[in-house]
Amino acid sequence: MRTRVTRTRGALAIGCSLLVLSTGCGAADMTKQSSPFANAQGARTVTLSTQSWVGAQANVAVAQYVLEHELGYRVDTVQVDEVPAWDALSQGRVDAILEDWGHPEQQQRYVEDKKTIVDGGGLGVTGHIGWFVPTYFAKQHPDVTNWKNLNKYADRLRTAESGGKGQLLDGSPSYVTNDKALVKNLDLDFQVVFAGSEAAQITQMRQFAKEKKPFLTYWYSPQWLFEKVPMTEVKLPAYEEGCDADPEAVACAYPHTPLRKYLNADFAKSGGRAAAFLKKFKWTTEDQNEVSLLIADQKLSPEEAAKRWMSSHEQTWRKWLPQ
Amino acid sequence: MATATAPASRTGLPGLLGFLRRPAVGKLVLLAVVAAVLVPLADARWASGSWPAALTVDLTEPLGRASTWIIDNRDSHPLFLHFFGHVSNAVVLSVRAVYLVLLAAGWAGVTAAAALVAWRVAGTRLALGTAAAVLTCGLLGMWVPTMQTLALMVIAVLVSVALGALLGLAAGLSDRTYRALRPVLDTMQVLPAFAYLLPVVLVFGIGVPAAVLATVVYAAPPMARLTALGLRGADAGVMEAVESLGTTARQRLFTARLPLARKELLLGLNQTIMMALSMAVIASVIGAGGLGDRVYQALASVDVGAALAAGIPIVLLAIVLDRVTAAAGSAGSAGEGREGGGSRWTGWKGWPGWVLAAVTALAVAVAARLAGRLDWPETWIVHIAEPVNRAVDWMTDHLYSGVPYVGGTADWAAHFTTGVLNPVRDGLQWLPWWAVLLTVAALAWLIGTWRTALTAVLAMAAIGVLGVWQPSLDTLSQVLAAVAVTLVLGFGTAVAAARSERCERLLRPVLDVFQTMPQFVYLIPVVALFGVGRAPAVAAAVVYALPAVVRITTQGLRHVDPAAMESSRSMGATGWQQLRQVQLPLARPALLLAVNQGVVLVLAVVIIGGLVGGGALGYDVVFGLAQGDLATGLVAGAAIVCLGLMLDRVTQPTRGRTKKGA
Repeated sequence: MRTRVTRTRGALAIGCSLLVLSTGCGAADMTKQSSPFANAQGARTVTLSTQSWVGAQANVAVAQYVLEHELGYRVDTVQVDEVPAWDALSQGRVDAILEDWGHPEQQQRYVEDKKTIVDGGGLGVTGHIGWFVPTYFAKQHPDVTNWKNLNKYADRLRTAESGGKGQLLDGSPSYVTNDKALVKNLDLDFQVVFAGSEAAQITQMRQFAKEKKPFLTYWYSPQWLFEKVPMTEVKLPAYEEGCDADPEAVACAYPHTPLRKYLNADFAKSGGRAAAFLKKFKWTTEDQNEVSLLIADQKLSPEEAAKRWMSSHEQTWRKWLPQ
Repeated sequence: MATATAPASRTGLPGLLGFLRRPAVGKLVLLAVVAAVLVPLADARWASGSWPAALTVDLTEPLGRASTWIIDNRDSHPLFLHFFGHVSNAVVLSVRAVYLVLLAAGWAGVTAAAALVAWRVAGTRLALGTAAAVLTCGLLGMWVPTMQTLALMVIAVLVSVALGALLGLAAGLSDRTYRALRPVLDTMQVLPAFAYLLPVVLVFGIGVPAAVLATVVYAAPPMARLTALGLRGADAGVMEAVESLGTTARQRLFTARLPLARKELLLGLNQTIMMALSMAVIASVIGAGGLGDRVYQALASVDVGAALAAGIPIVLLAIVLDRVTAAAGSAGSAGEGREGGGSRWTGWKGWPGWVLAAVTALAVAVAARLAGRLDWPETWIVHIAEPVNRAVDWMTDHLYSGVPYVGGTADWAAHFTTGVLNPVRDGLQWLPWWAVLLTVAALAWLIGTWRTALTAVLAMAAIGVLGVWQPSLDTLSQVLAAVAVTLVLGFGTAVAAARSERCERLLRPVLDVFQTMPQFVYLIPVVALFGVGRAPAVAAAVVYALPAVVRITTQGLRHVDPAAMESSRSMGATGWQQLRQVQLPLARPALLLAVNQGVVLVLAVVIIGGLVGGGALGYDVVFGLAQGDLATGLVAGAAIVCLGLMLDRVTQPTRGRTKKGA
């Protein structure tokens, strides 16, 4: 028994020292690693973060097409949620985020304090979050578009999931939302039901729309679904600077956010033409929606969608190319 | 009757009378006495209703500090520079090496190599199947993602097997390590992968290293368990004989113990591969790339067809790897003279066969390279996305609502939510906290020992202490409902499969697909059919847990002593009588195991439920990952582990606990 114990210990010790030997010499920089699949054929690679919503996919698709076909880069895309994406950007796993909806905490930490991320300028698109009802419903009952009258319709918006209250459909856990506080502070007879993912939320909204059923949902623009399911915004108490500072006490609408791009600091400095292009990349809400619809509704591959858009908007993207 | 030895039975299973047997009554009386003393005390001190706030611990603060510390020190602290950084580099380099080899071999080389390995291990039929499966991945336009996933899997499985074997070796040779290791392995497997994705991402950043390590955490336990099992189960007689020959401990290990444990080791390898593959999609959430990433991105644009095109290669890889490694395992147990795969060339046993295989594969790869045919040809891609989407649309259009007489799926979902889920949830949440603990104690004790009861109660209490009592009961209600549905459907199907050979054969591929299809693929159809909420979450769980229940039950029913069946038939029993009075009672251990596996597997899908509106703990875990909120995610994950532990103890009467996640 005794010999066995010492033997196991000996083996352990050997194992540990092997591990130290193989890993312990020199420092390994966690910020200098790329994907094992990158540069497989010896090309220069740019890694873009793409988020789960289609608008973000549209940005990436067009940027990717330009990088690959006009500037001769290889592009890898990585789909991660927003907060982990900031983390990845600061570590250099990702070179750029093309559509950020405002993350003050991350901005402070990485852009101001650590200086591992730099602002890449505006995307040209303004984002807005709000509560929406389908337009067919708003037309029948014009007063539903003001929050003061929502309680009147709670009954009609009830589902099995919302219990005795009306249902306010919320989406992915990665989205910024004050809805629970809003429902409480505005004294609404509603229950927030989290769809848990944008895919689930879109699927549910389309099912409702197919049957012309009323629904109330958290949604945002720009978004391609508006083309398929026209929706009207419900007016909430007006947004004022700082009215959403205390997450428990929020009782106002969401702001209009000019969306921004962020680049990894090293990449911004030494990324050459790719970085120069990504800084210049700027388009309009209509442009983005056009590409989004091609991807999400006509089920084109992002590459195909980008190609089709680019063939008809040459003067827009020519301006992005670095000299 | 075999049932006479069992202390008691569970509600809903044959033999409800078991409750009235004496030991059970004794336990209940004792428990009632204890409760009569403790409950008034607890009630006076903390009041009834939901879990008392005084008894919770808030982990938000320390977990938040931990994650900030990691982010602040990740680029400078020696721990990261000299340890994690190298681990991460090593993973990237090895995955890259495998990937480059696969790319260099080209599609012809890879197909040939895969088929030849399958031929050597499992015979001609599986070799053809393997080749067909690999080519299908290419036909679906998924060649490069498949190779990326394969490269990642190779490294993840190698690391898992090495780690698992080391742990298993330690546990197999020392009782103390074995006891210490068991709860660790349990936790590794029950903890939902989503909950530890975030810590892994914090340390390693997104991408392949984090994905590989998360996969290893999930896939290593079966290897460790089965290695330990194999080493401990070595025939005592053989071991004594070997010892009497004067061998050293090391000689005994290598010449007797390990060879005797061969079957378990190969089963461990098989299980590890399956677990690793099931992580392929989940790991894509943190940027693993490959097939999982394609599934995940398709989900974002609500494109079932594209998700399926990437999901099918995962299913095919899983089925091929499962069959091939399983064949290798059974070859070992049946000795040389087996005929499993059919016509293995008898002339090519041993190393000459392997040499032939290697040379052939190399020749094919070189030929393809010379012909300039390395990449999968664009024109050979079959686009399935569009027809699939049309089919899904048709299905959801016609089944969602307004089907004559039976109502649409949305109506069923609504009825199920209001009629089953709501009452169960409200009932559980209405119960005073001590009543829940007492119920758990009573159930666990009736079925097991006071030890299992204590574990179950402590696990349940831990949920309260973590401060997630209400959402946990919500999750519990969904799990109970899903398990009930699974058992009804599963037992029904299993009875049919056990009665008819053909039915079972037809069922097998369907079950394979259900079990290995990444859940992300059916997320959208499930929502399209059942709407957002808890009902689709239950549906997704049922789909995932059904195969295991059907398989275990069918096996159990099949293996009922033929003599008993024969004698009952000779006494003129009808088929129904035979089933009810002979087969089901005799198969009871299998039925109980099916219940247990049903519970464990349903619980594994709670997270997926969170993605379709299941809310509660599943949503919290997803939220934690999405918002980088370590506290919410980890606490909810821990609560799921506790729920799993509790449910496992409450449903598992037998001592010899079998592997999880079969």
